[in-house]
Amino acid sequence: MMKLFKNIGLTAMIVIGGISFANASGDSAYVLKKNDWPHAGPFGSFDKGALQRGLQVYKEVCSACHSLNLVAFRELTALGYTADEVKAFAGEYEFVAGLDDEGEEKFRKGLPQDYFPAPFVSEEEARDANSGALPPDFSLLGKSREHLSLFTPWNSVYGEDYIVGILTTYHEEAPHGVELAEGMNFNETFTGNQIAMMPPLSDDLLEYADGTKATTLQMAQDVATFMYWAAEPKMEERKRMGLKVILFMTLLTIMLYFVNKSVWRKVKNGNDLV
Amino acid sequence: MGSSSYEPKSKAAKWFEERLPILGLIHGTLGAGYNAPRNLNYWWNFGSLAGFMLVVQIVTGIILVMHYTPHVDMAFRSVEHIMRDVNYGWLLRYSHANGASMFFVVVYIHILRGMYFGSYKSPCEVLWFLGLVIYLLMMATGFMGYVLPWGQMSFWGATVITNLFGAFDFYDGMGESILHLLWGGFSVDNPTLQRFFSLHFLLPFVLVGVVILHIWALHLPGSNNPLGIDAKGPGDKIPFHPYYTAKDAFGLSFFIVIFAAFIFYMPNIMGHPDNYIEANPMVTPAHIVPEWYYLPFYTILKALPDKLLGVIAMFASILIFFVLPWLDGSKIRSAKFRPATAFFFWLFLVNALFLGYLGTKSPDEILINIGGGLDALTLGRISTVFYFSYFFVIVPLVSRMETTKPVPTSIAQSVLDARKEG
Repeated sequence: MMKLFKNIGLTAMIVIGGISFANASGDSAYVLKKNDWPHAGPFGSFDKGALQRGLQVYKEVCSACHSLNLVAFRELTALGYTADEVKAFAGEYEFVAGLDDEGEEKFRKGLPQDYFPAPFVSEEEARDANSGALPPDFSLLGKSREHLSLFTPWNSVYGEDYIVGILTTYHEEAPHGVELAEGMNFNETFTGNQIAMMPPLSDDLLEYADGTKATTLQMAQDVATFMYWAAEPKMEERKRMGLKVILFMTLLTIMLYFVNKSVWRKVKNGNDLV
Repeated sequence: MGSSSYEPKSKAAKWFEERLPILGLIHGTLGAGYNAPRNLNYWWNFGSLAGFMLVVQIVTGIILVMHYTPHVDMAFRSVEHIMRDVNYGWLLRYSHANGASMFFVVVYIHILRGMYFGSYKSPCEVLWFLGLVIYLLMMATGFMGYVLPWGQMSFWGATVITNLFGAFDFYDGMGESILHLLWGGFSVDNPTLQRFFSLHFLLPFVLVGVVILHIWALHLPGSNNPLGIDAKGPGDKIPFHPYYTAKDAFGLSFFIVIFAAFIFYMPNIMGHPDNYIEANPMVTPAHIVPEWYYLPFYTILKALPDKLLGVIAMFASILIFFVLPWLDGSKIRSAKFRPATAFFFWLFLVNALFLGYLGTKSPDEILINIGGGLDALTLGRISTVFYFSYFFVIVPLVSRMETTKPVPTSIAQSVLDARKEG
């Protein structure tokens, strides 16, 4: 009898899952492409080459409009740079260091403890320079654009895939019947398909320091990797610790299982009652 | 919950016990001095798991407070500071955020176990009430905690949920006065964040107090058991320690493996991505969804056409549990011997999960393509009707009318019977 009820429950859950699956896949005419990320999965770690190339894309292309407020230069050692290289990188930026004797702004070179400077001083200035649209800060975009699903993992959208999607699914002309608003571009991935950002990448837009060919897809994947690192810089540490914790706790669980079994032997099956 | 059977073994313990009999109290509550039914199954592990989660939440929470800044201009950034700069800050925050979800998971299972095996029935009504008070306090604490990171979903969740209380507009300006009191101003803003922070810190300690009462009320009648019959004879019971301490330790260890899988490998799956965008009163997210543990009640709220009725139905859907001991008129506790009750229990569970699923959908979304298509609102209304009929019609009638199976005379006897068969 119990089995029957459990089966009813299970069937109902599967039906519910099925409905949500059917529903989610019918949402949009465009399907977001999934990429293979070396940092995905329980053992995945960041591709340092991709991170460094992504930083180059951010610095040479994206940072003209997008800030990266939560990341400090000192954190770039995680990308495989030495402390000296980070110092030199920071030194290429200029920061205001108070006023001089005549009341004019003084400048100093950037230091590792400084944060990436924002391209615009205020939201108003940013909107003014971008025909009313606000370029979002990059620090957490990798996490704030993903939709994870515990029960229907195949419906999950990962932040990196979304970013690559945005960067690589522009249409030169809007499909027939779609009326674009003034200054908007057609993008398959963006909600509502109308995005203010011009297509930011094109093949060979920049020359990679490591000689990798700078195709649009390559740059998109590199900057997406970099942005995911910026959003989740402790990912590698987290997964490494997780492995240790889960291995230890699994062993402890097995031991406690046998402890429990031996403690209960005396009373199991009523051994103490007869 | 005290015990007179405790005899201190060392001189020091004896000296101390004469001055403060707290060792005897612990011995009689969680030690060898407390005798529990011998037939508790693994569903009885969830009480101690809930206690463990409360401790985890308090410990991680207290350390998080050391680095968090409750101010609208700094809260979001201070949470990211915890994630990026504080040593193991990511571990603390992910443990705390996923810990809240795990706390609700184990408490939901604990409540459902109580429903299935009739743990709310006489003489355990007050024990049941205290459990429900714990659950209500958890709901309030969880909600206010979710506001603290000051992301988009924090802000808009707070706006939607606090606005519900504006429905209590029984005389002119009453709803507004309630809202102003909750907000500490004219909208969700810095005073709201600060009072939520204060209460989010306070309520867990109130919870500890109610948990102590809950355990106290448990130890007078003693634990219920899968057979739902009173444990009377000496053969019916075994000392809590070592039997249930060993079993709870095994269960806890296994549970921590699952908990760790969430913390280390899917830390954001229970959260909402919009909460990684700083709160912005000028931009409303496309879908405002509460945390998963409120979703069934959120669907009930949306199912009614009138705001006040919706709010009343939502509160009623939880408060109804307080009268469950009287709605259920059966003399037998455990659903093991009440096949019809068991069947409707599982139906209730499936329906509750379905309500939760509907909570994530917008009301006009078509979910089942039959006829003109059934949208989430219609399905939510059907589910809500079933939810309340379970309490008002099914339980009162079925519990009084069903044909029950024979109940064993004692726990020891049932163990011996099973031994003969096996």
